[in-house]
Amino acid sequence: MPETLYELLHIMIGPLALADWLSWLCILTGAFFTLTGAFGIVRLPDVFSRMHGAGMVDTLGIMMILIGLMFQAEDWIVVIKLGLILLFIFFTSPTTTFALARAAIYGGVNPGPTVEDIQKKKTESDPSNS
Amino acid sequence: MTDILFAVAAIAVLISMALSMVRAFVGPTVFDRILAVNTTGTLTVVLIAVYGFLDGRPEFLDIGLLYALINFIGTIAVTKYVKFRDLGHPIEGPDEGDV
Repeated sequence: MPETLYELLHIMIGPLALADWLSWLCILTGAFFTLTGAFGIVRLPDVFSRMHGAGMVDTLGIMMILIGLMFQAEDWIVVIKLGLILLFIFFTSPTTTFALARAAIYGGVNPGPTVEDIQKKKTESDPSNS
Repeated sequence: MTDILFAVAAIAVLISMALSMVRAFVGPTVFDRILAVNTTGTLTVVLIAVYGFLDGRPEFLDIGLLYALINFIGTIAVTKYVKFRDLGHPIEGPDEGDV
């Protein structure tokens, strides 16, 4: 059994080991999605669409960064702890979004027209279409 | 070389925290503020983990795990308080003890 995940993937490809390449890939992807989600939180128009940005940060952004950190761990217990944080965020992020969406609807935030409303309005404004 | 890697992750997380704090200050409704503070708390967990790796002390992950737990409980509590104006019982409706 190898000491760490880093030693397990210690195959030199070019200047870096395989674990380093995987780390760079995961962390750059995670940084990109974290920044994109944060821009979404600032730029999107209402609460429900901002939750999409928060979900991007929670799932792809943070999970990719934590998986990238796993390849650099010096001990198996560190990998296990990172996995526990991942598992916890995997379950709490949808729960928080669900509770917040219910509270927002209860609190009177308008979620916008439904698909049926838009279709009804379209058929009313264009009677020759039906 | 790996220090640059952790620094890139830390800078991206810090910029994202700043952006979501902008939403927390600007946010028109209270739900925007809760969402932004929850995102900031989740990013803090990653920042603690990355800082532990940057400093060569991965024991920081224990603090990060604890912070994730407290962040979740805090967000649920604030959401329930905003929705029901009470942490124990709702004002009306059959869904007593619901989030």
